[in-house]
Amino acid sequence: MSNLLPLIKNECIKIIKRKRFYVVLLVLLVLVPMFTYAQMKSAERSREKFNSDWRLELQQRITDNENSLSSDRVPDEWKRYRQIFIQQMQYYLQHDVNPNQPNGVTFTREFLNNAISLFIPLLIMAIASDIVSGERTTGTIKMLLTRPVKRWKVLLSKLVALIMFTSLIVVSTFVIAYLISGLAFGYKGFDIPVFTGFQIVGSDVDMSGVHAVLQWKYLLMQGGLVWFVGVCVGMLAFMVSVLVRSTAASIVIMMAALIAGNILTNMASAWSSAKYLFMVNLNLTSYLAGNLPPIEGMTLNFSLAVLAIWAICAVIVAFSVFTRRDILN
Amino acid sequence: MNKQAQEIVLSVQHVKKKIGRKWIIHDVSFDVRAGEIFGFLGPNGAGKTTTIRMLVDLIKPSSGRIEVCGYDVNRQQEQALRCIGSIVENPEMYSYLTGWENLEHFARMQPGIDDQRIQEVVDTVRLDRRIHDKVSTYSLGMRQRLGIAQALLGRPKLLILDEPTNGLDPKGIKEMRQFIHQLAEEGLAVFVSSHLLSEIQLLCDRVAIISSGRLLAVGEVDELIAGSSDHVIWDLNPAVQGKRILQKLDYCEIVDRPEDVLDDNVLAGMSPDAIVTRMHAAHTSRAVERLVGAGVQVREVHRINPTLEQLFLQMTEGESIE
Repeated sequence: MSNLLPLIKNECIKIIKRKRFYVVLLVLLVLVPMFTYAQMKSAERSREKFNSDWRLELQQRITDNENSLSSDRVPDEWKRYRQIFIQQMQYYLQHDVNPNQPNGVTFTREFLNNAISLFIPLLIMAIASDIVSGERTTGTIKMLLTRPVKRWKVLLSKLVALIMFTSLIVVSTFVIAYLISGLAFGYKGFDIPVFTGFQIVGSDVDMSGVHAVLQWKYLLMQGGLVWFVGVCVGMLAFMVSVLVRSTAASIVIMMAALIAGNILTNMASAWSSAKYLFMVNLNLTSYLAGNLPPIEGMTLNFSLAVLAIWAICAVIVAFSVFTRRDILN
Repeated sequence: MNKQAQEIVLSVQHVKKKIGRKWIIHDVSFDVRAGEIFGFLGPNGAGKTTTIRMLVDLIKPSSGRIEVCGYDVNRQQEQALRCIGSIVENPEMYSYLTGWENLEHFARMQPGIDDQRIQEVVDTVRLDRRIHDKVSTYSLGMRQRLGIAQALLGRPKLLILDEPTNGLDPKGIKEMRQFIHQLAEEGLAVFVSSHLLSEIQLLCDRVAIISSGRLLAVGEVDELIAGSSDHVIWDLNPAVQGKRILQKLDYCEIVDRPEDVLDDNVLAGMSPDAIVTRMHAAHTSRAVERLVGAGVQVREVHRINPTLEQLFLQMTEGESIE
C-alpha cells in the first residue's frame, strides 16, 4: 500500500491543475445566489400576503391542496401526493412548527433535497467523466501505463482520488449554500425541529413513527445520504470513463442516464420493475422528508441497496476491463 | 567494442498478435544487446508501433514471449518495465503541467528517483531553461526532449524511441542523432523505429526490417548493404562512344532506368548524359583505363552507396515506402 499514496497524490494534483474542482466551485458560487434570490422573492411575497403569519400561510396551502383533490382533472397520482402533503402539513400545524421558516439552514436543507438527484451528480461528473477517458483522449495513458506500476494500482489511485473529491464537493455544496443563503436569511436555524419518520401506507401517512429532529442533525443525515449518492454516481461515471474513449461520449452517457431517471421518476409507478434502475433511486433525502416514493415498494433501505449494488458492479467492470484491455490508441 | 559479447537486454521470441480477426504481427523474433542502437524499419502501417506497444505491455501478444533484462514483460510487468524507458508514438505529456511537474509526476510512480535525478535528466536533455514553463507552450522539439527525459528518469537499460526525429527540424535531427549515439556509448541499448531509411543508416548498428507484420531481415546495417551491388555513375565525353565501350565490358552492366534504383537527390545532381552502371567497385579503375585508352574523356566517376531504400524495394518487391 505504501506506493499507492504517491499515485493518489498524482491524481489529486492532476484534478486540481486541470481546474476541474474550481469549475465546480464556480458553478456553485454562481447558481446558489440565484436560488437564494428566488427564495427571497417568494418569501417576501408570502409575507405581504399573510402578514408574516406562517400559520395562516400554511393553512391556506392546505386548503388549496384539499380543493384540488375534488377536481376530476387532477391525475390520481398527484392526488395521492397531495393527500400526503396535506397530512404532513397538518402535523406541523398541530405541533406549532413552521416547516419553511426562512433561514440559512432551512434553505440549505431544501436546496439539497432538490439538488441530490441531478445537480450534485452533475458536479461530480465534471471530475469523474474524464478521469480515465481524459488520459486516453490526450494519449498520456501510454506514459502512465508504461511505468513499473501494476494497472490496478493506477486505477485504484484514480478511484480513491475521485472519492476524495466527491466528498469535497458534497461538503462545499453544504458550506456554500449555507454561507450564501445566510447573507439573505440569517445564519440561525440549527436548532429548529424538523419532523421525520413519516411512513407512507397507500395514500395515507402513518404518523406513529414521526419524531422531531433538530435541524442540524437532520442536515447531517442528509449529508450522509447525499455523499452516498455522490459516491455511487461517481463510480458509475468512473466505469463509463473507463469504457468509453472520448470524454464527450462519457459525459453524454451519464447525463442521459440521470435525466432519464428524473423523467422516469415523474412518470412513475406504472412500470414497477423500473425501481431496480439506479437513476430512479437517487432521491434518498425524500425518504427523510417523507415524500411519496416514485414507485410503490421503494424504501430507503431498498434504494441504498440498489445503488450499492450498481456501484459495486460498476467498479468490478471498470477494474476487469482496465487491467486487461489493449491500449491501441 | 565487441557487441556480440554484450548481454541481451531485449529478447523477442516468436511474437504474434491478432486484433479482431486479423493477424497484425506474424512471428517476429529478434534480440537487442546492451550498447547497441537497434533500428526497426518499415513503412507506416507495417506493425512497428503495434510491436513497440507489445514491448512495453500496452498490448499483450497473442502468442510468443518478450523478455527485458530476463523478465517476462507480460507476467513480471513491474520488474520488466523498471528496465525500460520509452516514448510510444508522440511524447504526450500533461500539457497543463510544467515540464518539471510532469517529471515529478512520473518520478512518483517509481521508487528511488529524487529531485537530484530529475535535475540530472533535465540537464542531459538540455531543457533547464524552460523546464518550469507549462508544456502547452513547448515546441515539438522540446516535447520530444522532455519525452526522452521522462524515459531516462528511471535509469533504464533499454530505451525505446518511436520515430524520435519525427517533426524535428534538420538541426534538431542532428542533435537527436548525436544524443542517441552518446546514450549508446554509455551502455544503453537503444531501440529506434523509423520509416526513414537514411535515418537508420546514419543511426543504427543493426536493423530489423518489417513489412506487413513480417520480419524481412535482421542484421548489421553494413552487412545488409554489402549484400547488394554497387552503382557507378559515369560522365564521359563523347558519351555515346563511352557507353559503347562500357557495354562491351563483361563485369559491367548498364542501367537503363536509373530513376528506379537511385535516390532523388542523386538523380537531381546528375548530368543529363550521365551513364549509370551496376558493377563491383573494384573494377572501376580497369574500366577507366579502357576508356582513356580509347580516347574517351572521363570527366567524373562516382560510386553510389546502395540505400536501404533499394534494399527494401528488393525485399518487398515494390511495396511503397510511405
